[in-house]
Amino acid sequence: MQETTETTFKSRSQMQLIMLRFRKHRLAKVSLWIIGGFIVCALFGEFFIPNDPTHAFPNMNYIPPRKVRFVDADGRFHIRPFIYDYKQEFNRTTWEREWAENTEVRHPIYFLARGFDYKLLGLIPTNIHLFNVSETAPKLFLFGTDRNGRDVFSRTIYATRVSISMAILGVIISIVLGILLGGVAGYYGGIPDDVIQRISELLLAVPKLPLWMGLAAAVPSNWPITKVYASIVVISSMTSWPWLARGIRSKLISLRKEDYVLAAQSYSASNMRIIFRYLVPNFMSYIIVSLTLAIPGMILMETALSFLGLGLRPPAVSWGVLLEQAQSFQTVILYPWLLIPGLFVVTAILSLNFVGDGLRDAADPYEKG
Amino acid sequence: MAAYFVRRVAYAVLLIFLVSVLAFLVIQLPPGDYATSYVSRISSAGMTEERRQELLVAITQRYALDRPIHQQYLTWMSNILTSGDFGMSFNWNRPVYRIITERLPLTVTLGLVTLFFQFVVAIPIGLFSAVNQYTKGDYLITLLSFVGVSIPNFLLALVVMVLLFSNFNISIGGLFSPEYREAAWSAGKVLDLLQHMIVPVIVIGMESTAGTVRTLRATMLDELGKDYMKVAKAKGLSNWAAVIKHALRIALNPIIAALGWQLPAIVSGSMIVSIVVGLPTVGPILHQALLSQDMYLAGGIILVLSSLTIFGTLLSDLLLAVSDPRISFEDGGK
Repeated sequence: MQETTETTFKSRSQMQLIMLRFRKHRLAKVSLWIIGGFIVCALFGEFFIPNDPTHAFPNMNYIPPRKVRFVDADGRFHIRPFIYDYKQEFNRTTWEREWAENTEVRHPIYFLARGFDYKLLGLIPTNIHLFNVSETAPKLFLFGTDRNGRDVFSRTIYATRVSISMAILGVIISIVLGILLGGVAGYYGGIPDDVIQRISELLLAVPKLPLWMGLAAAVPSNWPITKVYASIVVISSMTSWPWLARGIRSKLISLRKEDYVLAAQSYSASNMRIIFRYLVPNFMSYIIVSLTLAIPGMILMETALSFLGLGLRPPAVSWGVLLEQAQSFQTVILYPWLLIPGLFVVTAILSLNFVGDGLRDAADPYEKG
Repeated sequence: MAAYFVRRVAYAVLLIFLVSVLAFLVIQLPPGDYATSYVSRISSAGMTEERRQELLVAITQRYALDRPIHQQYLTWMSNILTSGDFGMSFNWNRPVYRIITERLPLTVTLGLVTLFFQFVVAIPIGLFSAVNQYTKGDYLITLLSFVGVSIPNFLLALVVMVLLFSNFNISIGGLFSPEYREAAWSAGKVLDLLQHMIVPVIVIGMESTAGTVRTLRATMLDELGKDYMKVAKAKGLSNWAAVIKHALRIALNPIIAALGWQLPAIVSGSMIVSIVVGLPTVGPILHQALLSQDMYLAGGIILVLSSLTIFGTLLSDLLLAVSDPRISFEDGGK
């Protein structure tokens, strides 16, 4: 890292300094934009998708992704993108279903076009979508369709809401548990410390997946989606609160002995004042970093459980539920587009890891990791 | 040191006890009456009502199902400890113990080979990355290790399988070629097993390898700047000799310490990859058992896998105390 020679003397707050250092981390900055994109998708999902994610189009299962074109079959360029319809053909030599493009009619894609009805943010009823083909044209399947004839693109974008919100809720639960349990253990010590330490050791020492699979399998299959959602959130939050609790505990123990705490105690500051005025700001950055780095674990856990058929179940739509259809590799060989939701999972996890790393470097320049 | 060993062993025993409670919880959680569903599954149409009742009573007695829950736990536990009786699996209609012991050796082998693989691969890469800090190679390795921890291993397994199949027509399902599947153990069979293990091991080991590379790089960077490295070079050691003989020895300790979380991660990873690829480990068995609520089998597998992991972590703790005596002092002094 090269030193910048700054001659202006300007006082900056801790937060401003962190932001300044964070901006130098280019990958983290780009990743932050990507995460922003995911959050926008989670909030306004229906606006970005042309087809109703839960609607199964009859006789349209396993349609390969439509190619969006600018140049037509005669080599002419069109400024407005368009698609060709597919017609199904039966190949006599390979005995397989094949899809051929019907290049006679162009079906242009319109922006801010009409589509299925929905409520923006659950409030404003509308049927305007970012892009769509006209009503009479064949449906726009950007990522193809699944085995029930549902649009994979629309489902993938729509699934962002459940997958991201689950991860965020899970992290909130684990942060609350982590601060509470880690705080009690670190501040009081003694028996509560021992008990909390052993429980978190237990949760860290066992292989997570088998145990979580076991707990998730116990969720009754007749429960409504919201209840299943809540149980999976709670189960996956178990994976990260022990890390947080241990981190906070050891931070508290080391900070407790700092001179400024002694100074505060000597002017008879209350325990609460010491905790919130002096200790919390000191490990706030630690908490934010751990939070960012804990979200990928949540996304992974939900995806893995749903992929195995033990997490969320259809009609819920999450990335894991979508990938469940790609469980056997025979299916993936025939219909590789079913793996596209996996790209979203990898992108989300990768960007969160980059942002977490950038934040860690920015918040604590002395610690390498 | 002896006191540290005793304390660590005692912790491990306590953890295994807690794990057994969790595993028992998994058995108990699903709704429904085990005895009736068991009898209704295994009883054939020709069975007399009298015989069914007998069976029901026998089952109830065997698992102490009519007694309070803590006594059920004690019965389950004492059956396991005294006679290795984990209960019956009603999908397989066989003792759980048999099913687990058939598949456990390959499960453990797969885990150990993965562990070995990740050290062999990660240590040179991490070293290279640290010694050549901020070069193109270092950036590439850092980027790749980020990608490595970010790809869910079941997705990687699927993609690798599809690529191998569609480009080379290689199928990596299973751990043995058909001709060796039923054969007795021989050099050829071992070789065949190792060949089949290559892809799963890389897929499972990806995450922990990437993690180890990053840990090693960070600790090496700390060590490389220390005074003893200057001394080593001042007394005439070449750069590499100093790195290997002095810095690496200390930088390896955090990696041994990291085994504590890597072992569980490898067990989890090998489980989901086995399910996707169809390897004959306990993974697919647990998956089926959970989907069909074959709970004694599921609980047994969870108990055995978790206990083995805790045991492995215990070994790594003890190993670390031997290789870095500071550990047992620090722990004792708190």
